[in-house]
Amino acid sequence: MAHQISVFVENKPGRLERVTEILAKAEVNIRAFTVSGTYEYGVMKFLVDQPDRALEALRSHGISAHKREIIAALMEDRPGGLYRIARIFGQRRINIEDAYGFVIEDKKQAVLVIDVEKIGEAKKVLEEERVAMLKDEEIYAL
Amino acid sequence: MFWERQIEKMPRKELEKLQLARLKKTLRRAAKSPFYGQWFKRMKWAPERLKKIEDLRALPFTLKEDLRKEFPYGFLTLPLEKIVRVHSSSGTTGRATAIFHTVHDLEAWANLVARCMYMVGVRKTDVFQNMVGYGLFTGGLGFQYGAERLGALTIPSGSGNSKRQIALMKDFGTTVIHIIPSYALHLIKVFEEMGVDPRKDTKLRIALIGAEPHSEATRQRIEEMYGVEAYNSYGLSEMNGPGVAFECPEKEGMHVWEDDFLVEIIDPQTGEVLPDGAEGELVFTTLNREAMPLIRYRSKDLAAIFPEPCRCGRTHRRISRIKGRSDDMFILKGVNIFPLQIDTVLMGIPEVGTNYVTILERENYEDRMIVRVEVRPEFFRGDLRQLNELQRRITEALRSELLVTPKVELVEPDSLPKSEGKAVRVIDRREM
Repeated sequence: MAHQISVFVENKPGRLERVTEILAKAEVNIRAFTVSGTYEYGVMKFLVDQPDRALEALRSHGISAHKREIIAALMEDRPGGLYRIARIFGQRRINIEDAYGFVIEDKKQAVLVIDVEKIGEAKKVLEEERVAMLKDEEIYAL
Repeated sequence: MFWERQIEKMPRKELEKLQLARLKKTLRRAAKSPFYGQWFKRMKWAPERLKKIEDLRALPFTLKEDLRKEFPYGFLTLPLEKIVRVHSSSGTTGRATAIFHTVHDLEAWANLVARCMYMVGVRKTDVFQNMVGYGLFTGGLGFQYGAERLGALTIPSGSGNSKRQIALMKDFGTTVIHIIPSYALHLIKVFEEMGVDPRKDTKLRIALIGAEPHSEATRQRIEEMYGVEAYNSYGLSEMNGPGVAFECPEKEGMHVWEDDFLVEIIDPQTGEVLPDGAEGELVFTTLNREAMPLIRYRSKDLAAIFPEPCRCGRTHRRISRIKGRSDDMFILKGVNIFPLQIDTVLMGIPEVGTNYVTILERENYEDRMIVRVEVRPEFFRGDLRQLNELQRRITEALRSELLVTPKVELVEPDSLPKSEGKAVRVIDRREM
């Protein structure tokens, strides 16, 4: 299982600075992150090496943080890598809420982080299609 | 359950007889003050003309402005050597006012507060922490003397210094607190920070909450978060302070102590006396005060009288929760809005945190209302869709209650300015 930390923040200067400062002091390493939001507020999502430690550090500073299971699927870093996974979900009618990707090793491997509502079902179809998924420890080891 | 059974359960007829006798005495005494002396002379009306309580309606109202104009000594009926205490309003909304007390007045006041506390179950064996401001504000000293009269160990902790408040509760095994509701909601966060659960780690069982209008939803939150029974307290400095009206264990309205106060409800526009049950402005006449009797004092607080007998057996009539002060009401796009309406809606939504603020602005000649709401961290599920849905839900709940659509902004927990006294819930930035 892989987890992601989401943080509720107001959209104003210095918010990312504060959150990342807390993570830095807790010696949590960020593997990837995204920010999405409206004009007034947003959600930052972090893929980190130690999700529990990150959650505790953020909450102890009074920040609204949440740990949530996601899928970290391995894909090949070549044309058609993302298409392969998107097609699996498309054919099975599984809706992706949010997703982002990052490259681990240039031209070889990339990770697709997928946030879906029906996570159990999504994991099952990826297993059937032999798509490798990373666990927290494996993300840590990247 | 009765501090003074005979008075609290006095049959209405007898109570009204007592009121009439005390009212006559009050008028005669008031005539000795420079202000009321002139007043009666100008009206060519002598206190002896009062034969029944209703005759009082022939008299005009006493207004806050009168207290300001006569500041400091214009309402005194006795020389200063008989006066032992003064309480004064802060004067933040105008010039200051002062209320004076003799030894008798202070004793009568302490007795009323003790009566309120005893009614909701406070006993000598309790440890009472009085977490409101002392000094010129009446809440601190009023409850101090009342609790001592009752015989409970009283901790005069005053307002603020949240961590110390919690430490005191643990050290002394506090069982009863007197606290301003908005501060009670704020303090919960400090409990969390300190890793103290008020339900498990303290002996708290009763909270007396007052000094600002609050909704039933706020009461329920306080009860749930602290694991206590919370009772609404009503008072105003012109009528001593706390101890004017208080909820009994039935929690259905606050009993006005009619042996010491005569209460009327008037239409705030016309000044006409309204029948029981109708909502209007509370008007009080002191019945047991020596230094500074006040006649038909307009409180500006809006409520209704419940005339029905109470299940608790007390005969003193009840008033509803205070809807707000007529001063607090604001008008937005032609609609009258009371801050309490906003409180009722927000505190009824579980995801809403303990602090919020309403800001009124004017842009291009158009008014708008912004409601900034702290989101409770434990409800955050980690996605934007949930937040957008919450924002829509709050907006819709406010719109259906207020009939205007506010702009709702979700803010981080603990990000709004907190108050340790009466909370500032509405900031009006419109320039008139």
